[in-house]
Amino acid sequence: MEHRGLGLPALLALLAPCCCAAPGPTLWPMPLSVKTSPRLLVLSRENFSIYHDPSSTAGPSCSLLQEAFRRYYDYIFDFNKSQLGPAKRNSAVELKQLLVSVVLEPECDLYPSITSDESYTLAVEGPVAFLKANRVWGVLRGLETFSQLIYQDSYGTFTVNESNIIDSPRFPHRGILIDTARHFLPIKTILKTLDAMAFNKFNVLHWHIVDDQSFPYQSVAFPELSNKGSYSLSHVYTPNDVRTVIEYARLRGIRVIPEFDSPGHTQSWGKGQKNLLTPCYNGPKQSGTFGPINPILNSTYCFLSQFFKEVSTVFPDQFVHLGGDEVEFTCWESNPEVIAFMKKKGFGRDFQRLQSFYIQKLLGIVSTVNKGAIVWQEVFDDHAKLNPGTVVQVWKNEMYPVTQAAVTAAGFPVILSAPWYLDWISYGQDWRNYYKVDPLDFDGSQEQKKLVIGGEACLWGEYVDATNLTPRLWPRASAVGERLWSQQNIKDLEDAYDRLTIHRCRMARRGIAAEPLFTGYCNF
Amino acid sequence: ADFWSQEFSGILPPGLCFATNACYRTAVQSGYQVAESIVPGDIEGKQHAPEKSSLVILVGTPGCNELPSLESGENYTLTINDDHCFLLSETVWGALRGLETFSQLVWRSPEGAFFINKTEIEDFPRFPHRGLLLDTSRHYLPLTSILDTLGSYDPATHIYTAQDVKEVIEYARLRGIRVLAEFDTPGHTLSWGPGVPGLLTPCYSGSHPTGTFGPVNPILNTTYEFMSAFFLEVSSVFPDFYLHLGGDEVDFTCWKSNPDIQAFMKKQGFGNDFKQLESFYIQTLLSIVSAYDKGYVVWQEVFDNKVKVRPDTIIQVWREETPVHYTKEMELITRAGFRALLSAPWYLNHITYGPDWSEIYMVEPLDFKGSPQQKALVIGGEACMWGEYVDSTNLAPRLWPRAGAVAERLWSSELVTSVDFAFKRLTRFRCELLR
Repeated sequence: MEHRGLGLPALLALLAPCCCAAPGPTLWPMPLSVKTSPRLLVLSRENFSIYHDPSSTAGPSCSLLQEAFRRYYDYIFDFNKSQLGPAKRNSAVELKQLLVSVVLEPECDLYPSITSDESYTLAVEGPVAFLKANRVWGVLRGLETFSQLIYQDSYGTFTVNESNIIDSPRFPHRGILIDTARHFLPIKTILKTLDAMAFNKFNVLHWHIVDDQSFPYQSVAFPELSNKGSYSLSHVYTPNDVRTVIEYARLRGIRVIPEFDSPGHTQSWGKGQKNLLTPCYNGPKQSGTFGPINPILNSTYCFLSQFFKEVSTVFPDQFVHLGGDEVEFTCWESNPEVIAFMKKKGFGRDFQRLQSFYIQKLLGIVSTVNKGAIVWQEVFDDHAKLNPGTVVQVWKNEMYPVTQAAVTAAGFPVILSAPWYLDWISYGQDWRNYYKVDPLDFDGSQEQKKLVIGGEACLWGEYVDATNLTPRLWPRASAVGERLWSQQNIKDLEDAYDRLTIHRCRMARRGIAAEPLFTGYCNF
Repeated sequence: ADFWSQEFSGILPPGLCFATNACYRTAVQSGYQVAESIVPGDIEGKQHAPEKSSLVILVGTPGCNELPSLESGENYTLTINDDHCFLLSETVWGALRGLETFSQLVWRSPEGAFFINKTEIEDFPRFPHRGLLLDTSRHYLPLTSILDTLGSYDPATHIYTAQDVKEVIEYARLRGIRVLAEFDTPGHTLSWGPGVPGLLTPCYSGSHPTGTFGPVNPILNTTYEFMSAFFLEVSSVFPDFYLHLGGDEVDFTCWKSNPDIQAFMKKQGFGNDFKQLESFYIQTLLSIVSAYDKGYVVWQEVFDNKVKVRPDTIIQVWREETPVHYTKEMELITRAGFRALLSAPWYLNHITYGPDWSEIYMVEPLDFKGSPQQKALVIGGEACMWGEYVDSTNLAPRLWPRAGAVAERLWSSELVTSVDFAFKRLTRFRCELLR
């Protein structure tokens, strides 16, 4: 019970019939171009199927599409509900088929990448609808949209309006960050998150897999890292677990980008890898505590080489996130060997230079194994020399448009996260704030703005585990999803509210415990 | 006193209970076989730890078939030593509390064996009313959510049938929990309108009805006829002595706009003071409800707006700063001789980033200026989980373990205030809840 300073309009909204099958599309995110006609088509479980168009470059051998066809068939017809007998015939035209056609080389057995073509067109008319895309990635996006067009009328008949949709994303990098170090996330939770991401056309899972608190990644080359660094032996991701996540994601057109954050945020690495972290000093004596990774030892880079060599084979994506944020200099400052090294290198007392020295060597290692790098903004802010193409993730909230301008002016691609820290919960409809962000709202040229490749909604794990992850992520992250997929002019909050409430119920129906936006109910 | 005791060993003994079996089924769920350790943590001693095969529960007054009430005693003592292993309580409610504590005392060694330390506990609650408010109007909560929160509904109709209500009440009773129903009027009643035409006040724009409605119409006899019949039913469906009648946030705009009400106000000599009209309604409602032999709890506006209420009315304080700071409000209410329930600092639906449980924990309900007699009128408090942004998808993680902070504040002594000590226990307790 709140002081309802909302007044009469809000009360009226409460009385309005709530989120049932609304006329017109309730699509999320809103496609590039949608034309709907009032002409209705009906479809039934028994008489409808999804097929490969004979002219498609993909066919039944494409297991990614086969899996998707089955999945979306179940989403459309609510596999939970029992069907009783044949469909009720009426005068409406029946939709019997969705024919799927891939135009170019499908890329069916490949992994999605930053350059993947996710565009598609959807022509829904009786008796055959056509979904056309350049690659399988567009088919996946199109199937999701198609499933959102279908609704049940008050008789329960599966209905769809004749429509014509042309769609492609505004930004190619649309991600969710999960943190499995502050709290272990069971594989089931990660897979559920991937499902929800697909419903919202997200295409990157930024897996912040290890940090100070725990090291759940089971390395084959360095098994002690997780043996000693995980919360317990049951709080570990085996190579099989990782493979499961990567393939599950791939089948949904989602890239998995791991983050092995260093040189800070590495306390847990020291448990299983002796002499990796910098010993801190209390005057002349070691204090027994440790700081960031020790940047002055050859053994450090030997370890990192081997470690990232393994990572580069385990994770197929072109990019690896190297972190580089929030490096505390106090421990380095206290260590006499580090001080001596600084002197020798001519860094003086400027520890940013030592940090940059480390990062640059790490970037070199990573490029040796043919991966691109993503780093947090400190790496750029603190003047490390970055290889062209290194992606900078902007996360600090103070004046982030200024940071975006600086990074893009220097020619580096940007991933925006600063306004989208979903772990920062507050009372009320904070999704509206996420929705209102415009990623290109900074001072810069057209070329600079082209360098903003997208953004990520971050769900840091200090206060999040499997008990509350899903309602905390969804549907708030959906607001970010539309901001990153849909065009800049899609910003009407009222319309967004109407569509998002229905989309939220759709997610709930599909097994995602997305929390409510406001009062009301779901019609199932 | 007549004592009857039950051997409790984790297996339900047949025929020993002369109350309902249900009483013991609850007990069985929270018990374990125990072994007593000679010295806490003494590894060698464990080999020879005497085994306890039963916790004996002695209850002074039978009450297995009764409902808990505001006056129910919940005291108990727990004695675990070489010679004895028993839980002693005057009432079954105390036994339930003691069983919960007992279950929290049992621990497992790394080898997996169950242990309990020698223990002497004397326990009783500081406040008799320690409540949780659940809002099933802003979002329907399926029965499983409600029952899970307490310790066969129809998803399509979003209705709680009489059977559903019975289930909730009985489930609560078995856990010593009272179910206090709130039917909030005259405000917060828009949803009543469609089913009871003529109940709500039609709003006007000038001389024409706008088609929208406001609070319950206080000037019609039909209103009070309806309320009489409705609360007669409510009084029998909900067995607790108390009913919550709401009375908060009444928006006067619609009343002001209605010409019939304006005329009524003139006739009654209320002038332009709609608080008097509100009082008029509430007083009539209260006398209806008193006639059904029920006590009532109301939100603080009823007191703030000077409605004449019976001296045994309980006032619930929910507003943090207006009309005064809630501590001042507690002072005013108790000074006027009414019993008070504190909720203002415990709105758990107000979420923020970070561990807010400690602020919740550090609230001291008696931290206001008043005599000991006044302070004795504070019967407890309630953590509130309003439902605007809450349904079954997020209720449990939003409630727990933060409500645990309120629970300790209302049960334990005012001297138990160390946040560090609480943190240690609460993190463990949270994992227990998950288990």
